[in-house]
Amino acid sequence: MGAVVGTLTMQTRQRRPSRDKVDDDLELSMVCHRPEGLEQLESQTNFSKKELQVLYRGFKNECPSGVVNEDTFKQIYSQFFPHGDASTYAHYLFNAFDSSHNGSIKFEDFVTALSILLRGTTTEKLQWTFNLYDINRDGYINKEEMTDIVKAIYDMMGRFTYPALKTDTPKQHVDAFFQKMDKNRDGVVTLDEFILSCQEDENIMRSLQLFENVI
Amino acid sequence: MAAGVATWLPFARAAAVGWLPLAKKTMPKPPVDKKSRNDEILFVNVSGLRFQTWKNTLDRYPDTLLGSSEKEFFYNEDTQEYFFDRDPEMFRHILNFYRTGKLHYPRQECIQAFDEELAFYGIVPDIIGDCCMEEYRDRKKENQERLAEDTEAEMATDTPLPPHSTPRERLWRAFENPHTSTMALVFYYVTGFFIAVSVIANVVETVPCRPPKGSKKDLPCGEKYSLAFFCMDTACVLIFTFEYLMRLFAAPSRCKFMRSVMSVIDVVAIMPYYIGLVMPENEDVSGAFVTLRVFRVFRIFKFSRHSQGLRILGYTLKSCASELGFLLFSLTMAIIIFATVMFYAEKGTKGTNFTSIPASFWYTIVTMTTLGYGDMVPNTIAGKIFGSICSLSGVLVIALPVPVIVSNFSRIYHQNQRADKMRAQQKVRLARIRLAKKGTTNAFLQYKEEGGFQDRGSDSALCLKNRSSFEHQHHHLLHCLEKTTNHEFTDELTFSEMCMTESVGYRTSRSTSISSQQGVSTSCCPRRAKRRAIRLANSTVSVSRGSVQELDTLQVHKTSAGPQSRSSLNARTEDLKLNCDDRDFTAAIISIPTPPANTPDESLPPSPAIPGILRNSRCSSFTHETVKISSL
Repeated sequence: MGAVVGTLTMQTRQRRPSRDKVDDDLELSMVCHRPEGLEQLESQTNFSKKELQVLYRGFKNECPSGVVNEDTFKQIYSQFFPHGDASTYAHYLFNAFDSSHNGSIKFEDFVTALSILLRGTTTEKLQWTFNLYDINRDGYINKEEMTDIVKAIYDMMGRFTYPALKTDTPKQHVDAFFQKMDKNRDGVVTLDEFILSCQEDENIMRSLQLFENVI
Repeated sequence: MAAGVATWLPFARAAAVGWLPLAKKTMPKPPVDKKSRNDEILFVNVSGLRFQTWKNTLDRYPDTLLGSSEKEFFYNEDTQEYFFDRDPEMFRHILNFYRTGKLHYPRQECIQAFDEELAFYGIVPDIIGDCCMEEYRDRKKENQERLAEDTEAEMATDTPLPPHSTPRERLWRAFENPHTSTMALVFYYVTGFFIAVSVIANVVETVPCRPPKGSKKDLPCGEKYSLAFFCMDTACVLIFTFEYLMRLFAAPSRCKFMRSVMSVIDVVAIMPYYIGLVMPENEDVSGAFVTLRVFRVFRIFKFSRHSQGLRILGYTLKSCASELGFLLFSLTMAIIIFATVMFYAEKGTKGTNFTSIPASFWYTIVTMTTLGYGDMVPNTIAGKIFGSICSLSGVLVIALPVPVIVSNFSRIYHQNQRADKMRAQQKVRLARIRLAKKGTTNAFLQYKEEGGFQDRGSDSALCLKNRSSFEHQHHHLLHCLEKTTNHEFTDELTFSEMCMTESVGYRTSRSTSISSQQGVSTSCCPRRAKRRAIRLANSTVSVSRGSVQELDTLQVHKTSAGPQSRSSLNARTEDLKLNCDDRDFTAAIISIPTPPANTPDESLPPSPAIPGILRNSRCSSFTHETVKISSL
């Protein structure tokens, strides 16, 4: 009899911690983040007040809590590439946007990155791109990092492409890239090599101006 | 795409800067957004209630009234607002749909009014969010059923007779709706009366009457007044036969009528009489004849034509058949278990009633339903223990859940119907979502096929299908990705076709191609390895024909000035070359004749002979891709 009562009470005790966990989760999701003032953001970025307003309205509509976490980010980015799998590239993008590396993108991070990409100088843009490629943030791009990035980009294409994707296409792509960028042939690309090589290429310079009028 | 996705498109396009250093080709020009960028506040006046919203909010759903140019028809120049003469309460929900992307169904509104508003504003009801979808569907179904019932009832009674109806049609109508004419009503009551008389006669003739003078034994009335009963039976059967033949004559579809339940009941009700007439008064067959008379009780079912309630009961039983069947099955299981146990428990007893397991079934049923006749009783202790367990479980199994089962039936039945429907709807929904997703992918592929990438003058812009600015920008983004990777998006069909032709080409090509490319046939379509062998023989001819056609198109393009719009699938093979600059294009043409040296056994016409591999090394410094037109 006592054993029966004992087992019953044990079961009820186990159930309580899970209820607390649910409450904790609820609290976490209530966290809200508000950006700094409009004037401050305007001075920090190259956007006008009106543009910032439009950007914030869209951002707040999608993320009422004021932050984007990685899963939401991946979901949003994947919707633009329905053919393939955009989650790996979205992961790298997320890390590039999340300048404070705390696992969530706030509006300031979002707007700072957009300001660089759309209104920055070519050097700033190339710097941002270098940061994107440099996954471990050690200041060098080595072949593994580049292969990861290129593979992620090819993943976005999906299976049905013309011509068909071969297994060594990313590798060839990476080899060509290093051929061009790695000036001193030491197997890694530094920021200066990267910026220099890009500035030498007319195509890249020209295409960097393409996205000026996105906003 | 979801509403919010549109707001993230600029960010996705900005992120495309990350592809630029890797790009093998030059990026295409971005679309120019001709519309004014500034977001403005629109005023929408719905029957006096003024709403204000951003223009961007309404533009999120371009295939609705408010999101498309259709709203310009409602623009009032004097007051500078859009005026709709519709329900302002409903409009609130419609506008919230634009703002949040979720359509909610207001529970206090009439479902039909809501549907009409949705239809006016061009919103498909499937968009209703999951929170309100079930309520919406329930209300809609309820409404439809109610309307269907009403129309059926209307049609059944009030429709006037069509002017030129044959007597046959009139007769049928009289049979189906007795209220239409007095003659039909009289006939209806007469048959009802005779059914009652027949049933009562069947019952009374078995009651024992006082024996006639001189006999001690009690006789059933049927044998005492046999002539009277026989006359009554004959009269009833005559009337029933006449009625059945009339109905058969009047029925619009005789086969369907003969198969219907009511006609079967009619036949079963009158058959025993005729069989009895035909059969001789033989002692041997009279036993069978007596059995037949049991079927006369089916005459009572003829009352269901006269009673709506009976019909509904029959219909309910029919629809609950699966649940009842399951209940019966579980009961049968319990009966078999207990019968087996009781049989083996009582096996040792002398002179026991439990002679076999089927014999124990009777005991189990009687005990479980708490009838307890007492004709079979266990004697052994084990038997008594199991017998008591059987009766206790019988109480639990039958008596307790019966009310629960009854209410469960109606709840589970409706729930099941809803669940099945929802499952089917979910499948349909998922299929629709997949279709929409494919639609966006197909939209881009379609756009490419229509040759949308070339710089067209303003005059030729009309030929392109009208795309929203969102689509423009999204397609530009996908195009940039294509350029970065130097591969193109295709759909599954062309991909597999291409795999086939490539693999065939590789198999039969004798050219000393680069060894790395031999790997293509295995990595490209690993699943189709088996099919390749089979198709190999059949498709060589078609490939050769195809390759000639491709060459012809190649020649055509050679003479044209610049990149041309693709008009056929085969021309796709040249696309990569077409996107290069002109000088590289000519370089490609020049390099064609050289490979034929490697394929001495070419059987095709000499003019530009089919190369094994075409190397496109001049396009840009990055390109190491090889373009294969075809090979044999």
